[in-house]
Amino acid sequence: MFNFKNSKLSLFGNSKNLEKDMDEFVSILSEVGISFKLIVKDFLSHATGENFEQRIEKITAKESRADTVVKQIEYALYEETLIPDARSDVLRLLEHLDEIIGMYQGNCYRFSIQRPDFPQELHADLLSLTDTAVDCVETLCLTVRSFFRDVRSVRDNAHKVTFYEKESDIKSSDLARRIFSSNLNLDQKMHLRYFVEKIDSICDRAEDIADELIIYAIKRSV
Amino acid sequence: MELTIILFLFGGLFLGWSLGANDAANVFGTAVGTRMISFKTAALVCSIFVILGSVISGAGTTETIAKLGAINALPGAFACCLAAGSSVYLMTKAGLPVSTTQAIVGAIIGWNFFTSSKIDYNVLTTILATWVLCPILAGVIAIGIFTLVKKIVFNSKIHILRLDAYTRLALLMAGAFGSYSLGANNIANVMGVFVNISPFTDIEITSFFTFTSTEQLFLLGGLAIAVGVFTYSKKVMFTVGNDLLKISPLSAFVIVLSHSIVLFLFASEGLSNFLTSMNLPSIPLVPVSSSQAIVGGVIGIGLLKGGKEVKWSVAGRIALGWVVLPILTMVIAVLYLYILKNIFDLKVVF
Repeated sequence: MFNFKNSKLSLFGNSKNLEKDMDEFVSILSEVGISFKLIVKDFLSHATGENFEQRIEKITAKESRADTVVKQIEYALYEETLIPDARSDVLRLLEHLDEIIGMYQGNCYRFSIQRPDFPQELHADLLSLTDTAVDCVETLCLTVRSFFRDVRSVRDNAHKVTFYEKESDIKSSDLARRIFSSNLNLDQKMHLRYFVEKIDSICDRAEDIADELIIYAIKRSV
Repeated sequence: MELTIILFLFGGLFLGWSLGANDAANVFGTAVGTRMISFKTAALVCSIFVILGSVISGAGTTETIAKLGAINALPGAFACCLAAGSSVYLMTKAGLPVSTTQAIVGAIIGWNFFTSSKIDYNVLTTILATWVLCPILAGVIAIGIFTLVKKIVFNSKIHILRLDAYTRLALLMAGAFGSYSLGANNIANVMGVFVNISPFTDIEITSFFTFTSTEQLFLLGGLAIAVGVFTYSKKVMFTVGNDLLKISPLSAFVIVLSHSIVLFLFASEGLSNFLTSMNLPSIPLVPVSSSQAIVGGVIGIGLLKGGKEVKWSVAGRIALGWVVLPILTMVIAVLYLYILKNIFDLKVVF
């Protein structure tokens, strides 16, 4: 009649496992970012052989693992009615973070399939933009971890995400300007601009999530 | 035991049932309403600890109630309980937050008037002062605990999930303590008027332990409260948890704990004796309203957060309840006593 084991008193063990799942999910996001950076670097240095494709496959595997972890967390939070006051916020947050993993993955496949022809003189700028996008998401990961453990530092970390997003805006605008002021054909210009915008949009999404996190943190502030 | 005695005791049991149905929601309402604790777990823990509190520590406040009016006839006690139950029902219908404590005190004063018995105004003043002190004290304690809990939570940087698990455990423990305190403090409302005329006799279980007639009475009252918890408190718990108090589980823990401390302070004979032995002013052992202790805690936390969330209209209605409920119950008690004496020809006083 009184099912303590499955309901309330076995919570500490379940919480620990779920904590690990949440940490793993954020780590996946971070790792996918680093892989994305390496993939762009490999692509620009024309190292698009087997190793390049393997990296993309690894990202796909990680994306798939992230989906599984999110589902596990979702089921556990609902089945065991955990964190009832913050449950919907946490689940929405994880779904939005999953979107960023999807954006990374999408960009990787675009490089693999569409093979954009970036002239050598634009490589440094594209790498710099990619670095900023990954740094932005890395800072978002920190913000997410602080939301789980230390709500007071959420605002500080979220502020850094905004900083990187602005940096990304500047870098993407500069790069777009350089693309369109070059002697490339219009179709190539449009193609390269598309890639620049896609990378920049990762930062835009990260900033949106950071803004949401500030609101969630206010709601969580005891 | 005669059937009439059981019938008269039924008045107290009815009051116990309504106490269980309503006041258990104060202890576990937020935890159950926010689904931090399941109703079954809450009801079980609440029932066990209410009974324990009633039997082990219920004597202190009962003595005070007995001092206010030494009701010495079962029909008189029955009329008082029924009057208290009726007025609580009427006030609840009118949407006013009420307390069985204030109802029973009003009923006893009504009995005093009707039977021309002397009212101990010192006791009455103490009781009235305690009613005002109760929510204020709960508010002050809530502010202290909340500040401490906030500091601990922020500095420990605990994971949201582990904090959730700890909060559940804390709510369960605070609820158990609250239930014990509720039983200890409020059993006087349910069975206090029957103590002088208890139909039970002492049972010697071992040479060291005797199950006194009063304890048997309290056990019966505790069981009635437990029945109220299981049969009717679920709806009230969800109302308290979802509609009245939109607060975080951690704040709920602080409020329940401060409420429990206040109820315990006004019920603990041990603490009162200890203070007396230290030549300090003792705490009067008076049944206080758990609803008002809870509201005191909520207002305390609301003030700490800047006061914007405090519903002063609720505070005003509580103050109104202090005045209206005892007077209403007094009038109803006089009416019931009149009916029992003049229509049913029963002795309401010896």
